[in-house]
Amino acid sequence: MSDFFTLSVLISTFAAALRFAVPYLLAALGETISQRSGVLNLGVDGIMLLSAFGAYYTVVERGSHLQGMLVGLAIGLFMGIVYAVVTVFLHAEQGISGIGIFLFGLGFSDLLFQELVGASQPVPRLPRLDKLPWVGDTLKPLTDLEYFGPLLFDHDLMTYFALLLVPIVSWVLSSTTFGLNVRAVGENPQAADSLGVSVRRTRFIAIVTGCVFAGLAGATLSLQLAVFQHNLTNGIGFIAVALVYFGAWQPRWVLAGALLYGLVTATRIRWQSLNIIPQSASDLAAMAPAIITILALVLLARRARGPAALTKPFARH
Amino acid sequence: MNTQKPKRLLSLLALLLTLGLVAAACGSDAVDSVTDAVDDAADDVADAADDVVDEAEDVVDDAMDEADEAMDEADEAMDEADEAMDEAMDEVTALSVALVAPSASDDVAFTQSMVDSLAHLGVEPQVTDGTFNVDEAAAAIRAYAEDGINAIVVHGTQYGGSLAEIAPDFPEASFIWGTSTSTNDIANVFAYNPEADQGGYVLGYIAAGIDPSIGIVGPVEAGDAVAYIEGFKLGAVANGASDPSVVYTGSFSDVALATSAAQAHADNGVGVMTGTSQSAVGAASVAADNDIAWFGTQSNTETWSPDLTVASQVYRWDVVLAEMFALIEEGTLGGEVFSLTLENGGLDIEYNDAYELDADLKSEADALIDDIIAGTVATK
Repeated sequence: MSDFFTLSVLISTFAAALRFAVPYLLAALGETISQRSGVLNLGVDGIMLLSAFGAYYTVVERGSHLQGMLVGLAIGLFMGIVYAVVTVFLHAEQGISGIGIFLFGLGFSDLLFQELVGASQPVPRLPRLDKLPWVGDTLKPLTDLEYFGPLLFDHDLMTYFALLLVPIVSWVLSSTTFGLNVRAVGENPQAADSLGVSVRRTRFIAIVTGCVFAGLAGATLSLQLAVFQHNLTNGIGFIAVALVYFGAWQPRWVLAGALLYGLVTATRIRWQSLNIIPQSASDLAAMAPAIITILALVLLARRARGPAALTKPFARH
Repeated sequence: MNTQKPKRLLSLLALLLTLGLVAAACGSDAVDSVTDAVDDAADDVADAADDVVDEAEDVVDDAMDEADEAMDEADEAMDEADEAMDEAMDEVTALSVALVAPSASDDVAFTQSMVDSLAHLGVEPQVTDGTFNVDEAAAAIRAYAEDGINAIVVHGTQYGGSLAEIAPDFPEASFIWGTSTSTNDIANVFAYNPEADQGGYVLGYIAAGIDPSIGIVGPVEAGDAVAYIEGFKLGAVANGASDPSVVYTGSFSDVALATSAAQAHADNGVGVMTGTSQSAVGAASVAADNDIAWFGTQSNTETWSPDLTVASQVYRWDVVLAEMFALIEEGTLGGEVFSLTLENGGLDIEYNDAYELDADLKSEADALIDDIIAGTVATK
């Protein structure tokens, strides 16, 4: 155990937790926006898979991470429009249509992968700060800082972007007209409608925004891992939905949940690598992140209240 | 006028002429004798050379004759082999074969090794892959049996429970299930199992020769994964490594966890890594990013880390599949367990030419393979 409690190991574990948390955070922030408007999206994982493949394939073909991220974003946008039309305009049951989106993403991403790529081939990983073109040399002194360099500056741009989105989403939801409308249609769409707020348009934009975030999450995942394969996400999208509940629909608590999940995962892996966890307990250790997150969810969600109109379709009478 | 002078001059000239003629005559005889000697010697040499050439031509002719005979024999052997292969292929392809597997057919791991092996036998099976969900796999197995497929390859330990329910319902079909060391006493089930610890031991031994600090990324502590990893650890320790560090991610497919585990190993400063299951692609890419030597298993993983893959243990399922197909043709639909070993060629160590492995270490590894086959080295 003493091997773990050294500054260098602790810092690298925290850094790993941060890296691990980024796709969860991006997807959960998007889902937060969607749920605050009253729409549950269980298709996040499927959208992530499609975007993950799109970004990966773009890098395979074009070699550009930026183009890969843009393709991932575009896929999220497209799937968001599809899901918004289905749920907002066609009034489909949200849980069922979300699962449909997930299954479509799971199958279609694999089909595209089989047809267009075949065997899983690693691509260049998203570059960390000191490897960025043009600015890498300038930033290298930061990444070379002892201890704090690896913790704070040895990440890719999407990590900082995801962290930056937390206050931005929080501000948008709490301090802008759009955010007020989102919360209003999530709590009482009839009242919001009577006050002249377009429930459909607001939900449409919230869903599409959430799916764009999911697209970014998927693209980030495949380019951070530098590979794609069948069901690459392994349920990250569903855990992100759980994190929204855990975070009580507040971006800062969603961040806390994603970091907690990442930290527990990174810690148990580090403990295993240092032989702190006996091999015989590896199965139990593998369950730890889920158990801790569920416990936290149970304890915290009891006092949290979600949007009153969550999962309820709106129809003007 | 003095008349004596012309006479003396003429006498002198006559004397000189005579001497000259005598000298010329004597010289001509010497040259002729030398020329004759040379000619004789040349003739001797030419004769000797002719003899040598003749002998050489005879030898070459003999050798050519022998070579021709050998070629004829080789051609005959090839013809016989082709005929035997054609017969075998006719027998094999006469069977209808289906494959149900958990991961993608081109996963560079467990499923691909089976797909490649069936292709090596000339079999084009109906394939249902990506069935991590056991219920989906069970539905596919039952559907193939209902369709009258003769041999259904059920490629996953986790499908054993489903197979126990399905196989008795279709006594005319043969189910080929692995990895398992037991048929669960079902009459129409063959089982197959790789002795992955054998190749793991060899690779672990090589790994420790490269760097004694070793990190291993495993999926779930079960089946051939744990056999490979335990064998790898034993081999590494046998070559002087300290106890290698193992992280089981708890998932066969979670690339993110495998990547994270590999990164933890890299942060710990390991010099060699290995991993198993299709999720190991993430670990291999971390190894490549950190200039860490990589060892693969199940399929050849050179594509994951082209420059740093040292060697891979490759499963040659076709070695045992051919036997099982032959038995099915003869009417035996199950009841036997087959193992892939270094001895029967079911396990093959493939080295990466792009990685410059120390020749002495490679020789030691080759000798180790012989020892394992001979049974003088225990890999469990």
